[in-house]
Amino acid sequence: MARTLKQHDARTGLLLLTPTLVIVLAVVLVPLAWSVLIAFQRVRLIDIGRTGLLEKLTPDNFARVLASDVLWHSLRTTVVYTAGSAILAVVLGLVAALALRRPFRGRSLVRAAMLIPYVAPVVAVTFVWRVLLNPEFGIVNSWGTRLFGWDDPIAFLSQARGEITLFGLDVPVPTALLTVIAFEGWRYFPFAFLFLLARLSALPGDLEEAATVDGATPTQRFRHIVLPQLMPVIAVLVVLRTIWTFNEFDDIFLLTGGAAGTEVVSVRVYELLTVQRNVGAAAAQSVLLAAVLVLLLGAYLWLLRRREATKA
Amino acid sequence: MTRDRFERAVLAVLRPVVVVGFLIATLLPFYYMLMLSLRPIEDLLRRPDSLLVDLGQLTLATYADVLRPVAEGGQGFLGLLGNSAVVATASVLVALVIAIPGAYAVSRLEFFGRRQVSALFLAVYLFPAIVLAIPLFVLLTRMQLRGSATGLVLVYIAQTVPVAIYMLKNYFETIPASVEEAGLVDGLSRVGVIRRISLPLAMPSVVATGVFVFMIAWNEFLFALLFLVERRDRWTVSLGLAQLSGSVEIPTTVLMAGSVVITVPVVLLFFLTERLLSQGLTSGAEKG
Repeated sequence: MARTLKQHDARTGLLLLTPTLVIVLAVVLVPLAWSVLIAFQRVRLIDIGRTGLLEKLTPDNFARVLASDVLWHSLRTTVVYTAGSAILAVVLGLVAALALRRPFRGRSLVRAAMLIPYVAPVVAVTFVWRVLLNPEFGIVNSWGTRLFGWDDPIAFLSQARGEITLFGLDVPVPTALLTVIAFEGWRYFPFAFLFLLARLSALPGDLEEAATVDGATPTQRFRHIVLPQLMPVIAVLVVLRTIWTFNEFDDIFLLTGGAAGTEVVSVRVYELLTVQRNVGAAAAQSVLLAAVLVLLLGAYLWLLRRREATKA
Repeated sequence: MTRDRFERAVLAVLRPVVVVGFLIATLLPFYYMLMLSLRPIEDLLRRPDSLLVDLGQLTLATYADVLRPVAEGGQGFLGLLGNSAVVATASVLVALVIAIPGAYAVSRLEFFGRRQVSALFLAVYLFPAIVLAIPLFVLLTRMQLRGSATGLVLVYIAQTVPVAIYMLKNYFETIPASVEEAGLVDGLSRVGVIRRISLPLAMPSVVATGVFVFMIAWNEFLFALLFLVERRDRWTVSLGLAQLSGSVEIPTTVLMAGSVVITVPVVLLFFLTERLLSQGLTSGAEKG
């Protein structure tokens, strides 16, 4: 009886999972495989109706994409953007979580309010940032010139290179790139904040109490007791943010359209697809993007396994 | 003063300052959005540095303009809101119908390949939309499904089902197996157990998951842009706002009204379910 129930359960399990598997297969895995195939074909948007599935395969797209400076340039931009945004989002999330660690009146409301940038529609938030930073009537520039003595309004989103004066030296800065990194940090710190706060509230208090009794100061307790316990979550958050930012399209497309030194790979893929209508080249570039992603995913799974191992 | 006393004193001051700083940084852009949407454009150009609306200048004309149908000279956002509501609701319903049995199977039933299935969902959850966008774009073009909301809903379901399964699975695992076994002994089938016992117990998680799927579908932009851009009557409200912002004739204050209109439903829904939602998302993280 037990054996048959087990067999029955196994069959029910697969049956219950079938709809999920079908849709994931149809809308994710098959398109993915097809994307690889397209990457090896000469396909333009106009011929889509005519080209068969088994059009002649050729590595031309990869040769062209890899030989173009634009790819390497956009890859470098993507890496800077990803590293900057991921680190900024996690650091801000950590600071916010630490500040909200102890209960106070209205804490749950404050916590909810700080999650809004993450849940609000991307089109609306990018749009508000564009207005805030607008050189003509944006409030940042009008306050900057009036109150902080800026010489000229700063075109935060359309200026590739700016200069700031530090200790009498003119330092060149990639203005637009830094601005989109700041945006990313603003929009995604709530994600890190949420997970770190959850982890903080689940930490057992006895170690810290013992350290307090032994005379450890707050920063010493953070450095030697709290931070080591948060490290696994921080590592996972960094990997997740890296993977997602690396492929981010909406934010940059809506903020700058990829202009002023912010053309990341995904925006380039979109342009190849819709402006140049070169489906093959777009697919080749996206396959390269996916290859990098698989490496990142591998790193993530490896981290996860190491975590499992240390827990056991 | 000892180092300990010093640090405590600094932190006692720093903590509220940091909290207030974060609150201003997160809320100010939204306040600015709301404030601009209530001002006439001339007032904004005359006093760009003001954070307050002159009560005498207060106007709702921007909202009227953005919501009015195109035929009557407005921007037709009421219709776009309807499109978004239909797409998002359909995505939630179908995603839940698919994910609930799947999540139950992954959390409770032993079957061949269970671990691999979880890894597969993780991979889908992490996979970039832009890579999938190309083949789906080509496929829908060939099947002449471009411009159809059905294609869009399918994509949203595929992208949200893995997260939905993750959230629901964590919840199902907290329901004691003994409750379900009692049901099995009483003669219920597995499906009967799910419907009569597990599902009612999991309602909070089902609601949280549904809200999460709704927010993703409502906010989504890339696929809406690729699939629907040629069919203005089918645009979702995100796409509508993005398309409007490219036009020179439309005043910024009207666009801000549009931004408020698309943000309010999501933020309301979020505040109503915030506790459930945060729990559902982070339930894996608390264990470390």
